[in-house]
Amino acid sequence: MNKVVKNAQEGIAGLKDGMTLMVGGFGLCGIPENCISALVELKAKNLTCISNNAGVDGFGLGLLLQEKQIKKMISSYVGENDEFERQMLSGELEVDLIPQGSLAERCRAGGAGIPAFFTPAGYGTEVAMGKEVRFFDGKPHILESALHADYALIKAWKGDRFGNLIFKGTARNFNPVMAMAGKITVVEVEHLVEPEELDPNSIHIPGVFVQRIFQGSNYEKRIEQRTVREKV
Amino acid sequence: MLDRNGIAQRIAQELQNGWYVNLGIGIPTLVANYIPQGISVEFQSENGLLGMGPFPYDGEEDADLINAGKQTVTMLPGGSIFDSAMSFAMIRGKHVQLTVLGAMEVSDQGDIANWKIPGKMVKGMGGAMDLVASADNIIVAMSHTNRKGQSKLLRQCTLPLTGVKCVKKIVTNMAVLDVTPQGFKLLERAPGVSVEDIKNATEGRLIVEGDIPEMKF
Repeated sequence: MNKVVKNAQEGIAGLKDGMTLMVGGFGLCGIPENCISALVELKAKNLTCISNNAGVDGFGLGLLLQEKQIKKMISSYVGENDEFERQMLSGELEVDLIPQGSLAERCRAGGAGIPAFFTPAGYGTEVAMGKEVRFFDGKPHILESALHADYALIKAWKGDRFGNLIFKGTARNFNPVMAMAGKITVVEVEHLVEPEELDPNSIHIPGVFVQRIFQGSNYEKRIEQRTVREKV
Repeated sequence: MLDRNGIAQRIAQELQNGWYVNLGIGIPTLVANYIPQGISVEFQSENGLLGMGPFPYDGEEDADLINAGKQTVTMLPGGSIFDSAMSFAMIRGKHVQLTVLGAMEVSDQGDIANWKIPGKMVKGMGGAMDLVASADNIIVAMSHTNRKGQSKLLRQCTLPLTGVKCVKKIVTNMAVLDVTPQGFKLLERAPGVSVEDIKNATEGRLIVEGDIPEMKF
């Protein structure tokens, strides 16, 4: 089996205006930098992006916002981005805010063939509006539905031609569950290695969920909040 | 009256040996600086790590290792990394014993509002709704009044809610209070703060029984 494509351009081939994308990452940590750049080049418009955050001005999904390629964002937290704020307040950008755990589970459910599930998160808040409420063990829960995407854009640390993936540090975050929920899951890796080099016991996401994989390049890995302590 | 560090220090006294703890952004983060001697806890960050350590030394920061506030952090021995779905499985599944978070308003039934102010840019709830809906033990860390001097401990929240009937304890710059079915029960006063001061700064139902001791540090 060989799912290797040459680069990000080949990775996102077939991606069209109006499609729904999942984009891995938490803040700027573990975002698919190469795929995002290729999307800017492709100039695909009216995209719905499911991603925990929306990048910052000039980096991450902020690059797509700058080019007005995103019609709707589905996220849990969207601070730190002036262009996002401008487009949201002017009504150019539709925004659906979802509790972070529900967002993760809705992606996981999408990939796992579970159409919906009950969760206590958001009960009694505006998140629950219009959603079915059921009591389990005397506690109220709301019905949340699975999320799916035409393309899932994923960043992993290591991968092989079968699409087996290993993530590094907290760059893992939403990447595994989104990899499961894409009709076409495109993965960029820092190290594309021979299958023998990956221990099957250590695979985080089996290749069955992955359609395309490529060796990424020129990672900037920008840090959003550089916090350090002094050596004493 | 306590400052931010004082509030964090008082909350740290609530930590119990062996607990897994999620600290929110702001004052809650400071709790990690005051873990009492002999108490061993592990900090969970909802972006996917357990066993979070202090900030890295200058030059040793790793872009692939951040906390939920997007700050560079380190890992301690025994730590582990996982994806977002598993992170919230441990939160929803009540495997994390304590959540400490900030709030804009708390009602005397334990409702909390901390994510949205109508008319202002809404940044989102992040993991707050999942955390408050599930944790058995939620401590709110906040100032007793807002910048206009109005009480943040109310009969009813006026802002959009983050969760209902979930807050168990509140530590403010003025007091420690439990949330009971009858309202806020005053447990301790901050140094130099009188019961009268606390009554004046609390809009919700306040229960004062017997002598209220001053906080000990």
